[in-house]
Amino acid sequence: MSTEHSHHDAGPDPRLEKHLTPEQTQALEARVKALESLLIAKGLVSADTLTKLAETYEQDVGPMNGAKVVARAWVDPAYKQRLLTNATAAIAELGFGGLQGEHMVVVENTPKEHNLVVCTLCSCYPWPVLGLPPVWYKSAPYRSRSVIDPRGVLREFGLELDESVEVRVWDSSAELRYMVLPERPSGTEHMNEENLAKLVTRDAMIGVARAKAPVST
Amino acid sequence: MNGIHDMGGMTCFGPIVREENEPVFHAHWEKRVLALLFAARIADTIDESRHAKERLNPVVYLASSYYEGWLAALENLALEKGVLTKEELATGIAASTSGGTKTPLPPEAVSAIIQHGAPANRQTGRLTPRFKAGDRVIARNLNPSGHTRLPRYVRGKQGVINRVHGTFVYPDTNAHGGGEQPQPVYSVRFAARELWGPTASARDSLYIDLWEDYLENAE
Repeated sequence: MSTEHSHHDAGPDPRLEKHLTPEQTQALEARVKALESLLIAKGLVSADTLTKLAETYEQDVGPMNGAKVVARAWVDPAYKQRLLTNATAAIAELGFGGLQGEHMVVVENTPKEHNLVVCTLCSCYPWPVLGLPPVWYKSAPYRSRSVIDPRGVLREFGLELDESVEVRVWDSSAELRYMVLPERPSGTEHMNEENLAKLVTRDAMIGVARAKAPVST
Repeated sequence: MNGIHDMGGMTCFGPIVREENEPVFHAHWEKRVLALLFAARIADTIDESRHAKERLNPVVYLASSYYEGWLAALENLALEKGVLTKEELATGIAASTSGGTKTPLPPEAVSAIIQHGAPANRQTGRLTPRFKAGDRVIARNLNPSGHTRLPRYVRGKQGVINRVHGTFVYPDTNAHGGGEQPQPVYSVRFAARELWGPTASARDSLYIDLWEDYLENAE
């Protein structure tokens, strides 16, 4: 099911915001400004509220939250069991939850099974543990191809899976939000929870990468 | 709606383009669009809001960045719901200051809203699931003109109930002012070969969450 040949024909992804010209950015700024000031004038929203909302996702919420959850599961088998049976409650134990993570499911990667998360219909993503999704997660190439060619997609991310591994793709079509519990890397037996969390990347919790290998000292 | 947003299984979009050390936002206006989406409450439900984005012209949908698409959807909704007029959007000047009965969300409420979210499960509606884990089901071949979360690539395909999630708000009605009409949602497993034919790996599978009305018994 490889589509590698056609990949070379496609140009850069127009959905990458950084490819906007200064003129396009200016036009968008003006449109947003107009919409925002109109809604403020009509008493529907306040500017401070908008600032506070955006700041929260820019500063306070991100994959460091999910990394703490994963590290706890790696060191605490009872916690891991709770995480896999009732993820929402287990994640709340560490103080995370809420908007776009009201109903969580955590799926575990093992040497025999590899899980990959996508939202083909829009861009559903577990905000409380991973923050806002990266552009590629929301892009047409990822959303379309993850379900039909997950192994090809993983190869693009540099992850070659053996044929014997079962790939499970999770399409987030309802209000359940998915996070992958990556495998604990070998050589980390001596590491504490805090340092383990540093090995857990956003991509590992989406399922497009493994957790990082420890730096040998 | 059989729209361009329903892109699972298409293979025409080229490579996945990634950005190293990507910032959370790429521009100030993106922050405002995200915040407006949640704070301005132009849409009555999240389903109505998602449908507004799906209804963008497919050419616009594909050529727009994520936040650009949401901006267009918000503008369209504001017009359709009579919150703003075309003239107001064009000039940026409010012709009237009466926005309706809603009061703006105060900044102090932001933390609580983010912490509590908006759970979509319900203790009302259809509470007894028709299917149980292990049941063989077929995703119905439904092609509604409105909002649905039943993607084309599973329609008519046979799968197995993996897990019963409980009773949730039904987006197909909730997007159109038809009420929440809660019903059971299931995690359903489809073999990759059932969905994509003999070239797919025999080992692989796809799990998707489907509402009860999307499913019928395969026995």
